[in-house]
Amino acid sequence: MKERSVLIVGGGPAGLAAAVAAYDAGVRDVLIVERDSRVGGILKQCIHPGFGLHRFGCELTGPEYAERYAEEVRRRGIEVMTETFVTGVTPERVVTLQSREGIEEIRAGAVVLAMGCRERPRGALNIPGTRPAGIYTAGTAQRLINVEGYLPGRRVVILGSGDIGLITARRMTLEGAKVLAVCELLPYSGGLARNIEQCLNDFDIPLLLSHTVTEIHGRERLTGVTVSKVDENRRPIPGTERYFECDTLLLSVGLIPENELTEKLGLPLDRRTGGAAVDTDRQTAIPGVFACGNVLHVHDLVDYVSGEAELAGKAAAAYVKGELGGEEKLAVTAGAGIRYTVPQRVRRGETAEVYFRFCDVSRKVEVYAEADGTPLVSKKLLRAAPGEMQKLKVPVPADSANLTIKMRPQA
Amino acid sequence: MYDILIIGGGVVGSLCAEAFSGYGASVRVLEAQSDVAMGASGANSGIVHAGFDAKPGSLKARFNVEGACLMPALCARLGVKYVNNGSLVVGFPGDEGAIRALYERGKENGVAPLEILDAARLRELEPNVSPEATVALYAPSAGIVCPYSLTVAALGVAMDNGVKLSLDFRVDRIEDRGDCYRVFSGERFFDGRYLVNCAGLYADEVAAMAGDNSVKITPRSGEYLLLDRRCGKTVSRTVFVAPTKMGKGILVSPTADGNLILGPTSLDIEDKEDKRTTGEGLARVLDGAKRSVPGVPSAVITSFTGLRAVGNTGDFIIKKSAPRMLTFAGIESPGLTSAPALAGYAEKTLCDEGILAEKKQDAVSFRRPARFMAELSAAEKDAWIKKDPAYGRIVCRCEEVTEGEIRDALRENPVPRTLDGIKRRVRAGMGRCQGGFCSPVVMRMISDELGIPFSDVTKRGPGSPLTFGKTKGEDR
Repeated sequence: MKERSVLIVGGGPAGLAAAVAAYDAGVRDVLIVERDSRVGGILKQCIHPGFGLHRFGCELTGPEYAERYAEEVRRRGIEVMTETFVTGVTPERVVTLQSREGIEEIRAGAVVLAMGCRERPRGALNIPGTRPAGIYTAGTAQRLINVEGYLPGRRVVILGSGDIGLITARRMTLEGAKVLAVCELLPYSGGLARNIEQCLNDFDIPLLLSHTVTEIHGRERLTGVTVSKVDENRRPIPGTERYFECDTLLLSVGLIPENELTEKLGLPLDRRTGGAAVDTDRQTAIPGVFACGNVLHVHDLVDYVSGEAELAGKAAAAYVKGELGGEEKLAVTAGAGIRYTVPQRVRRGETAEVYFRFCDVSRKVEVYAEADGTPLVSKKLLRAAPGEMQKLKVPVPADSANLTIKMRPQA
Repeated sequence: MYDILIIGGGVVGSLCAEAFSGYGASVRVLEAQSDVAMGASGANSGIVHAGFDAKPGSLKARFNVEGACLMPALCARLGVKYVNNGSLVVGFPGDEGAIRALYERGKENGVAPLEILDAARLRELEPNVSPEATVALYAPSAGIVCPYSLTVAALGVAMDNGVKLSLDFRVDRIEDRGDCYRVFSGERFFDGRYLVNCAGLYADEVAAMAGDNSVKITPRSGEYLLLDRRCGKTVSRTVFVAPTKMGKGILVSPTADGNLILGPTSLDIEDKEDKRTTGEGLARVLDGAKRSVPGVPSAVITSFTGLRAVGNTGDFIIKKSAPRMLTFAGIESPGLTSAPALAGYAEKTLCDEGILAEKKQDAVSFRRPARFMAELSAAEKDAWIKKDPAYGRIVCRCEEVTEGEIRDALRENPVPRTLDGIKRRVRAGMGRCQGGFCSPVVMRMISDELGIPFSDVTKRGPGSPLTFGKTKGEDR
């Protein structure tokens, strides 16, 4: 059986950054396995700018951002297998690959899971009505326009104000389609503030908060959608129905980490993140198996994906070299107002960067970490929103029994 | 001039075509839609009923029991997945009489074996069934099958044997010309000596075109929820609830492809094309499913409505609508189960009438499954890929469908021309992401294989375009 020290599942931004970090940590036989014909992942179809501000201090398009890492991978001569599908991984880190060459098994010293995420489809929402052509997830529409070069619709309603929905609203408009409205079930948008400004407001596209699509019309191609206002329990309010005549409905209603392989490994998923639970090194509950990027939890900025992937890649290299401590870790609890944290376990006696998301939108809050009832560190924020991931540097005491991240209104 | 024209490319029409294709007769199937199995055959529970439901002595009882016996061998021959998973009708306190009545009815219909289970035995077989269920009728002979795969495979074999297929041919007029019938769709027509009417929801209208006004079909809508594969093992048998005055109730069943299906509702409607799902209907499906399996998961990947063609006699309607026209109408549940037996009946009838005579010596009767790679062992997969690398490239990641399988489907009878056609043949786009990733790739493959512009690829035929032309440059 072929052997590799570090095998990375997925050649998107997470996989590329993890590979470079593992290499730079001194492991030479790193292998990236990518199912598409080229590396770069979904960034390849994200031709808009806005990537890299944190990491490179300049605005790049998705393909440009991906290319920077692809170049680093090439420069190091890191092995990449494209059009290769990982069909299985065992806890003993035997990875099964399927490609045009056949079926192959590789024994890996460490495995980094970097499979990314997928979009929630219509079926998961159970919107009643017909089943016509013209209903796409925003990402599929983005691919049809940006990669294939075809216009998927002319009169468009978008459900969900996540970033992909907002970006696609602008792209469709630029390509000559009319975007009638973006509907958002929640009373606030899940997208970045800058995207609401640059993608909707700049093009006079209305954002209908607390609204959802309640019926789909049209037998062959979509002919329209019914949109209703929803109450505080997110239930449609009878009598508020509005009909939008349109040929296209785009869905941007959430991303789901693609953890089928993770589940095959027998790793339980964190219900809140949809990914495996990890420690500071992004190591899962199975020693030598790491996870990073959107397969671990959905990020809003690729810059953070790269950062997280570097931690995972470096730790995978350390694991292979026998330098990664196997000590008992301290569990992090998501307390009041906090939806989840990543990592879910930290090392005692060192400063950990804990990423988290808020449960709700609020103003003037203070986030703080607390160990055994003692506040450790806090941070004040003018605005808290679930759509914007935050982080807190927590000096974890060597003798803590518990650690909680909490939120409270500013005093 | 054809010896036989079959009107309708559903499961009954396709199995008739397959049965007839073993003879020397010339046969053409006329289908109104852009693909086969687009009506009730494409949207039903996929259950091979044991046969205890139908009234003893009815056509439903006879053809159900006969069809259920034929189904396993037929599916094996056609490369269609069939699972003999057995079925349970669960009863709650007070349902003992109803369960006993079904048992007796089953015995009378010739269903064997049948067994009445107590609560303990029921729990042992299906731990996830409601703890409030106290009794159940167990029919080990029941099964599950993919209804559209069966239809496609049957017509595929028929076409490999020379049967012709016309798509987008909605029959609107039939003219009796003495020695034959002329069957029109607008200006287009075909002549046939003998007609077999398997037009599903429209069987009444087709019968009337030949002068038979006795048949009346009412569409009965049934809404379904399809759940992610990971829920497919919630129950291993098909779980019905004891019938009440309100009808047969909501079933919970694994599908032949490993998903979990819940449904259907039951509502008589007027419009034969109204396949809307409704908020109330889908809620009723979930509530009904929870009654028999309280912990039923909510990982819904899609919902859909099927329309059953309900006849005006309470039974299947099998009759001569004209001297040389056989009509199958009202083929509602257990229509799928009965279809192989109905095709056998048609074959015998046409033999008796001298339309079918000489058996062909070289007729094809086997077919390879359309989606087969994911089912194989690593060594078997490797052998296929070594023969043809296209079997190595996975296009649909959720269902693990390869480029080779999609390409083969595009070259096999009946050739799919639409995105849904591919989906129903090889399951690309049928999984948890519902085609989010693979649709553009499959659209490109359809365009390349069939030599049509990318913009002309539709979801399911005329009027359902997927894109509106190139944003820049030339369409190809």
